[in-house]
Amino acid sequence: MESLKDQAAIIGIGETVYTRESGRSELSMAVEATKKAIADAGLELKDIDGMVRFTADSTPQSELAACLGIPYLRYYGELGPLGGAACGLVIQAAMAVSHGLAKNVVVYRSVNGRSGARYGSGVVTTRRGEGSSAFTEPYGLLVPGQSSAMRARRHMHEFGTTERHLGAVAMAFRKHACLNPRAIMYGRPITMEDYLSSKVFFDPLRIFDCALEADGANAFIVTSAENAANLKQRPVYIMSAAQAMPGAIGGRGGSWDDSGASCLAPELFGTAGVTPKDIDVVGFYDHFSPVIITKLEDYGFCPRGEGGPFVAEGRIEVGSEIPVNTSGGHLSEAYLQGMNQIIEVIRQLRGESSAQVENAELGLVDSGDGAGALILRR
Amino acid sequence: MTVVPFTLPVPNRDNQEFFDKCREHQLVLRRCKDCVTFSHPPRSNCPNCASDNLEWVESPGRGTVYTYTITRQPVSRALAGRVPWAVLDVELEEGVHLISNMVDCDPDDIEIGMPVEVVFETVNDEITLPKFKKA
Repeated sequence: MESLKDQAAIIGIGETVYTRESGRSELSMAVEATKKAIADAGLELKDIDGMVRFTADSTPQSELAACLGIPYLRYYGELGPLGGAACGLVIQAAMAVSHGLAKNVVVYRSVNGRSGARYGSGVVTTRRGEGSSAFTEPYGLLVPGQSSAMRARRHMHEFGTTERHLGAVAMAFRKHACLNPRAIMYGRPITMEDYLSSKVFFDPLRIFDCALEADGANAFIVTSAENAANLKQRPVYIMSAAQAMPGAIGGRGGSWDDSGASCLAPELFGTAGVTPKDIDVVGFYDHFSPVIITKLEDYGFCPRGEGGPFVAEGRIEVGSEIPVNTSGGHLSEAYLQGMNQIIEVIRQLRGESSAQVENAELGLVDSGDGAGALILRR
Repeated sequence: MTVVPFTLPVPNRDNQEFFDKCREHQLVLRRCKDCVTFSHPPRSNCPNCASDNLEWVESPGRGTVYTYTITRQPVSRALAGRVPWAVLDVELEEGVHLISNMVDCDPDDIEIGMPVEVVFETVNDEITLPKFKKA
């Protein structure tokens, strides 16, 4: 059976400014990001014949295509639920272009996530007490930050992870954001003292442990490897891709100890034929800082239980062993549901990052709590 | 005692019995008659062997706190009066986990491993919720 390995590439990236209040429609932001991605790829609007979207996004493909003057799309698809869709959408796009269902597929995300409906308020994520939420929401378990806090609390209990370890993640990403003028937190460094004296939201999580809700849009274009070779933009190849949806075992929809990341890691590395040691740069979906610690363990960058000391030693910072979220990530650049991590890893592999990792060849990026992941190569 | 919950549960065909028994102050769990595995929340089939041959078994409601969080900032303005509140995951003796709250316990006194037992809190005529107190 032919795998998806090296069959497709990402060839163009585009972003609007990331802000707390865009003052404009999600549709108009999606159009801007898509136009920029098309121009970055060296393509013309008429070359786009496919689009895939987050189910949670308010911008339908038909509206985006209309605003770009595209008469019809040969391929379209979407993926839910909520935020963890980005890598899975790349898989849909890669399958479409590698099988000739479309030539150039746009993956996009546009959201007024700060000035509009905020994920952190529960209006996006709650399910009105229906289904399995009948066993969580009546007790005040309403937003993902609380679940992340509960998992972090258990990790602290089992492995001795501390609040300073969580603070080390927040500080590393803030440091990266201070190198990135596009980051909302550009120019606003934090110290451990700032971290430890900040407001506790979901004990043990503080405000600096939570994703930075933002307004903005971004997009990129997936094409076949064959097509990519004929374009002037430097392609970034999709070396390996995997998704995981763990069965809902615990009351919150999964067990506290397992994540999609631990399920999909063997397939992800196996298909690419590489190990964590070969990865030069990482883009982890960091809706909350403790997931960085557990993901480092789940993907095999460090042994189980040792993620806390690993980040405290500065090993995820640019210039060290395995730079993670070099644009500042969701914590300090903007929370665009995993899309900005994919774009930053592409920048790294093109040599265009504001926190460039020298000679970066291989990048790993994921979405959700390991709902999907990619290994990309230049 | 009547307490306004955060969100009222909406029972369905697979879990109605759980809420009916709560009104009678009984905690019931799904157990598979084929592989004798407990599961929660109640579903149509066993998550261990996929069988639909399930029974309801009364639980003494004893367990320990597996993990918890204390919400200290309200997630929305409507919940401003509720902070701080603790959400816990209780591991019951049967091996299943329940999300719930403590009653008569300061949130800062909660610890992982703390023994707890079920109590019932009446919300309205339809809904009674299982909560926990220190054992």
